[in-house]
Amino acid sequence: MLADKDRIFTNLYGWQGWDLAPARARGVWNDTKKLVAMGRDAIVEEVKTSGLRGRGGAGFPTGLKWSFMPKEPDPKRPSYLVINADESEPGTCKDREILRFDPHRLIEGALVSSFALGAHACYIYIRGEFYNEASNVQKAIDEAYDAGLLGKNAAGSGWDFDLYLHRGAGAYICGEETALLESLEGKKGQPRNKPPFPAGAGLYGCPTTVNNVETIAVVPEILRRGGNWFAGFGRPKNSGTKLFCISGHVEQPCDVEEELGIPMKELIERHAGGVRGGWDNLLAVLPGGSSTPILPRTQCESVLMDFDSLREAKSALGTGGLIVMDKSTDVIYAIARLSHFYMHESCGQCTPCREGTGWLWRVMQRMVKGNARVEEIDMLLEVTKEIEGHTICAHGDASAWPIQGLIRHFRPEMEKRIRAYRDAAHRDAAE
Amino acid sequence: MSFGAPAPESQQPDGFVFSAENLKRAKQIIARYPSGRQQSALLPLLDLAQRQNENWLPRAAMDYVAELLEIPPIRAYEVASFYTMFNKAPVGRHFIQVCTTTPCWLCGSADVLKAVKDETGLAPGGMADDGSLSVIEVECLGACVNAPMVQVNDDYYEDLSYDRMVSLIRALKAGEAPKVGSQTGRKGSQALSGPTSLLDPALAVGAPAKPKASRPKAEAKSAEKAEPEKAEADKVEAEKVEPEKADPAKVEAENAESEKLEAPDGETAKGRATAKTKPRPPSTKDKD
Repeated sequence: MLADKDRIFTNLYGWQGWDLAPARARGVWNDTKKLVAMGRDAIVEEVKTSGLRGRGGAGFPTGLKWSFMPKEPDPKRPSYLVINADESEPGTCKDREILRFDPHRLIEGALVSSFALGAHACYIYIRGEFYNEASNVQKAIDEAYDAGLLGKNAAGSGWDFDLYLHRGAGAYICGEETALLESLEGKKGQPRNKPPFPAGAGLYGCPTTVNNVETIAVVPEILRRGGNWFAGFGRPKNSGTKLFCISGHVEQPCDVEEELGIPMKELIERHAGGVRGGWDNLLAVLPGGSSTPILPRTQCESVLMDFDSLREAKSALGTGGLIVMDKSTDVIYAIARLSHFYMHESCGQCTPCREGTGWLWRVMQRMVKGNARVEEIDMLLEVTKEIEGHTICAHGDASAWPIQGLIRHFRPEMEKRIRAYRDAAHRDAAE
Repeated sequence: MSFGAPAPESQQPDGFVFSAENLKRAKQIIARYPSGRQQSALLPLLDLAQRQNENWLPRAAMDYVAELLEIPPIRAYEVASFYTMFNKAPVGRHFIQVCTTTPCWLCGSADVLKAVKDETGLAPGGMADDGSLSVIEVECLGACVNAPMVQVNDDYYEDLSYDRMVSLIRALKAGEAPKVGSQTGRKGSQALSGPTSLLDPALAVGAPAKPKASRPKAEAKSAEKAEPEKAEADKVEAEKVEPEKADPAKVEAENAESEKLEAPDGETAKGRATAKTKPRPPSTKDKD
């Protein structure tokens, strides 16, 4: 288990205050000037050394992403950092804890990271529903300006830096980076085609890097303690600490910061009080938010909570939000409900997603009842393959994966339900 | 995408303008974006307009905001209809949004919906005749570890059950201000039985954290320890805010209270004083 001294988010549960003085006592803003003084290249190198991979779901190496930004400043096309705080993936509630209980850690990260990207301005895009969280972040920003930590010569670093908070208005799709940029420009949140990637043409057509809240918030601590310290946790290419959210049928749902690569079983039993009714009562787990394919109990026994281990299990680490289901769960409905979610949140831009997500929801409703033919399971699978990879953004993929996971592992359950429905219909007809 | 139909013509007001205070705020918001990029302020300004107009956004307000930002009205209409938090028709004073996405459903969101139905007679989409309450079903609100949960105007109420939801509605109806957050009394997202991490005495409940043992010595200066207390004292002087308490319950209460002080939009250091005295307008949204 990760030792407390190695935990970055020491106010994860909000026992201490969120404002500047207690944040400073936790070590935030401790000699930030010195971190900036490392220089741009050294910071990027240190982040590369740490092996930090994006914490928002895709897991792209952060240092590498940063190195795509232009090195020479162009006054006509200033660089931007945009922080993605549009946390909306079902099963995920980690960034919320940072935003409301430790906003200064994020603000410090924004300064250091922006410097490393050559950005003098940064926007935090927070989901609109997080009103009280946004209130804390805004007050923390005001405090930081008052204390000289933001603005001209921010924190005495010699770098001029402005940080702005921008509230969204309720659209899951704005968590997709280019949809987020559209939304930040005051438009509908419809994803852009890539290329050009945001590092080439992002916000207002200028070079932009979009990073998740957790990714940015861990950067100062990585620089203070060294990339090798962070890389020392977990396995190669899967290093560092990570916030996990354990929800659903566990005795003690909770958020916790742990080492990447912790076995799923250990994570659930040690921190979440185990599965309701004991481990043997486990049916399945969605390991990293709603988009990641479901894993049945047999796989949950041995899988490690990191990028590669979950990929080998044909799922993904995603956001690190585990949705645990015990044997009382109607797993077909659990996935069907996600199909409704993806239908509701489709931006409507690409036909396969706009039409497909609604079709998936309608067919899944019949699967829940068993009012279908067994062959339709194959058709359902085929349609998910037609949606996957045929849309501008990954929303189409995300709507397909939960159903593919369901069919992969729970096909007998689906067939059983179809037979039961048919048998009941025959019985009714006979009577 | 949003599915709410706009209010009928009979309910649409003839005109809309920002109050003097909101106009000032709108200008502060516009100033956050580069010149020529004022359209970026569209979402925040529509939100501001909605707050001024009892939680819903009439067409006149969209027109007004579009004119203020010098953009065609269609840009405001399409944004207002795309994002679920903009209500195109009136909603109740207590706008109850019940999350029923899978994590909440697993933990009993159906019971929460039933409690709403039993206590108010309202199914999702319904509104009380006196306009005091309206209810909708929404998608994931991002508090899954504290499921099931609802949002009422701006506030989250978490760790609900049938009985707790009934109590919550009764309290709202009685004009009380129920405690925001977990209804079982747990702190944030830690395990109800107590945290399994952050048990190091240096990080003990309510106590300021000490510099971390593993940090290089050069940074763990003794001066660092004194600094927060000094800053704390300064803050007390300057802002007349209560200092950090060692008692977690008090810290919690203080956090909850300070979270309420002001709206997050458009506060500069100067704007804060006025915002504190201003009652917070409710925000609403409409996901179905």
